[in-house]
Amino acid sequence: MAKVTELRVNGKPAAVEADGETPLLTVLRDQLDLTGTKYGCGEGQCGACTVLIDGLPRRSCLTPVSAAEKKEITTIGGLAANGRMHPVQQAFLDAEALQCGYCTSGMVMTAVALLRAHPDPTEEEIARFMEGNVCRCGTYPWIVAAVRRAAELLRKSRS
Amino acid sequence: MSSKPADNAAYEPERYELSSPPAYHFALDRREFFRILGGGVAVVLVCWSGQAGQESGGGRRGFRESLPKEIGAWLHIGESGEVTVFTGKVEMGQNIRTSLTQAVAEELRVPVASIRLVMGDTDLTPFDMGTFGSRTTPTMSPQLRRVAAVARDLLVELAAKRWNAEPAKLVAVEGKVSDPASGRSIEYKELARGQALAKAVIEDAPLTPASEWKVAGKSLPKVNGADFVTGKHRFTPDVKREGMLHGKVLRPPSFGATLASLDARAAEAMPGVTVVHDGNFVGVAAPSEPEATRALAVLKAEWKSVPQISRRELFDYLKKNARPGEGRHETGSLESALSSAGHRLDATYTVTYIAHAPLEPRAAVAEWQDGKLTVWTGTQRPFGVRDELAEAFRLPLDRVRVIMPDTGAGFGGKHTGDAAVEAARLAKAAARPVKLVWTREEEFTWAYFRPAGVIEIKSGVQAGGALTAWEFHNYNSGAAAIRTPYDVPNQRIEFHPVDSPLRQGSYRALAAPANHFARESHMDEIAHRVKIDPLAFRLRNLKDERLRAVFEAVAKQFGWGRAKTSPGQGFGIAGGIEKGGYVATCAEVAVDRAAGSVRVVRVVTAFDCGAVVNPDGLQNQIVGATIMGLGGALFEAIDFENGRILNNRLSQYRVPRFSDVPQIEVVLVDRKDQPSAGAGETPMVALAPAIANAIFAATGIRLRSLPLVPNGRVVPAAEG
Repeated sequence: MAKVTELRVNGKPAAVEADGETPLLTVLRDQLDLTGTKYGCGEGQCGACTVLIDGLPRRSCLTPVSAAEKKEITTIGGLAANGRMHPVQQAFLDAEALQCGYCTSGMVMTAVALLRAHPDPTEEEIARFMEGNVCRCGTYPWIVAAVRRAAELLRKSRS
Repeated sequence: MSSKPADNAAYEPERYELSSPPAYHFALDRREFFRILGGGVAVVLVCWSGQAGQESGGGRRGFRESLPKEIGAWLHIGESGEVTVFTGKVEMGQNIRTSLTQAVAEELRVPVASIRLVMGDTDLTPFDMGTFGSRTTPTMSPQLRRVAAVARDLLVELAAKRWNAEPAKLVAVEGKVSDPASGRSIEYKELARGQALAKAVIEDAPLTPASEWKVAGKSLPKVNGADFVTGKHRFTPDVKREGMLHGKVLRPPSFGATLASLDARAAEAMPGVTVVHDGNFVGVAAPSEPEATRALAVLKAEWKSVPQISRRELFDYLKKNARPGEGRHETGSLESALSSAGHRLDATYTVTYIAHAPLEPRAAVAEWQDGKLTVWTGTQRPFGVRDELAEAFRLPLDRVRVIMPDTGAGFGGKHTGDAAVEAARLAKAAARPVKLVWTREEEFTWAYFRPAGVIEIKSGVQAGGALTAWEFHNYNSGAAAIRTPYDVPNQRIEFHPVDSPLRQGSYRALAAPANHFARESHMDEIAHRVKIDPLAFRLRNLKDERLRAVFEAVAKQFGWGRAKTSPGQGFGIAGGIEKGGYVATCAEVAVDRAAGSVRVVRVVTAFDCGAVVNPDGLQNQIVGATIMGLGGALFEAIDFENGRILNNRLSQYRVPRFSDVPQIEVVLVDRKDQPSAGAGETPMVALAPAIANAIFAATGIRLRSLPLVPNGRVVPAAEG
């Protein structure tokens, strides 16, 4: 299979060297040192490895790097703008929506995708959209509150 | 690991780590201490006996070196004003980095932002037995308060000397010492400048009473939370070292299998690949993870397997293979009380093996340099892992350093150093640093499990509801919370250890959820038998004031005693005492009678853990424990057959998700007059029986096995 030699990550080109079938997660973490994106299960069941590909939430552990070539990849490290945290990150911090923090980047990425598609989700809609993300510490209620708060922050920043 | 009880561990088989620790070699002398930390003021906590001594292994060990050996913690105020606190405790989501920072800030009277905690680094922090058993809040928190209080007094004395004033007339506030009479003040950093002053605290120093806490007692956001929401924090799998290779370990096809032959030629021919074959251990190290995976795949191994117990025969096996009970508790005359009871009830309860499944799998990065081994790994026992490594590689303890980055959860599952030893073995052979991250399948198979168990209860009760006889036998699952908090004059309570077919070990709250499940289900069964309301029946047999108080508090919040609004609705109650905490839980379930599906609709938990340190953190722990507990109560179960785990993936092992979360309410009973107890475990112990009791109330079906509804249904549908 053809080698992948360049990706677009967090708005910049990034040189890599990987067989096309290598999981995007492995390339991000081991070649680009973007370790904010986590391995949790390797079968798309936990959401810890979630990144945005062309704005859509994708499990990087199941995505062959060839499928992400020439697309815009956003990781947890690419959310901050002008030295300021993304409102979803700020909301997670404010709402104390983390305990051990290992699921957090996947949760944040999924929430960012959710709020792009649905700027004002109900609690039920949040739970449904994020059902594929696991938090073993059990912070789900705080995450739901954080997403609600982020929706508010985003609305304010737009108005 | 499995269940060889030793000393005081005999009564609690999961606490295998409580064997006697190796001698602690304290390597720093005072001069070196300040050379490493820089000048300033330091306070070292010395523990002679007391709780801290017990936690660090007990036994006093004299002054053979320049500083005393039994160090609990130390604190340093540097010449630029930063405060560094060293503790062997570790952070894995229970937020003690925050709560301990808060305790120090309170006593030292400095802003939280000026404090840095160095945790769980065997070269830098004092020896600690491990972070488990809800011991940090009751022991380390007061110890650090004590250290900080002494440091504060030391600074006040320095200021008094400088001003020729009386220390008692000076006050410490916001990182300064000031003299209210003259209006002068001086910052801590100025007082620390040019000093190399160390003080040891041995005796109890007075502490700020809980009723006067300013910072502690309030909620404080996670001190390094920004590093997690931005992805900057490096967990063990994120650690990167120069020239690092990636490791993989070849696992046997079944438990107990031994390696018969190995052909590693194809793997060894791959560029950059190192293969290690050492006894039963086979592993590879390669420049990248995909290469390591490929190298592992081309190893040709033959294994000799031996028959193993399967799940369907587990409970029979546990009953038949029990060793003689140890630590039997007996009062009154059980047999005569049972035979003269108005009502008799015998019942058997079971709990199955479950997995911790922390989201961060076991992982380690190992590096050898000049004969010294350094390992980064997520463990609840950095010093225990150091000792394992020293033993595995026949090294003196001072040639091994274990560093524990803040870790992605443990739940009692990260007590051992498996990944650390494996990574170190590969790194030694490859002469390069090696990172090893267990796959989720390895995590589900080669870690260890919450013990399965069989619990048999016989009880006797008089017509008026007075419990007179109580016989309780636990086979294998453990002795935590095995004693009943109810007042029963005639009791026999016994734990029977068994050589577990699966590797088993500590799990959040140990056997307390299992023993509470059996006891509190049984209490409910008796209450229905004698036709007394389950809450009234418990209170009828309960003198303990604090437990009564949480039962009453939870009943009030839940609205216990109200009528059902639909036939599928059920309410259940349960409670108990564990690790110094008092808990009672009410659950409401909705059962769809046609489909048999169960939904936990609402959970209310009342919790008294003494004086509350951080209410939000506590709320987090209680809700988190409740949500995690839902998994073990309702559907988590390890399935196994002849030495193989049949459901070793997250797609096959169901854990609680967003949609499983009921409405959860917490009633905090803040007892400022009582010492603080840990809160990471006890809040989950009454959940499973409360749900089982609620399912009975909804359906009349008594479920006596955990998980209660492995397939999501309480009543088997027509086809079964």
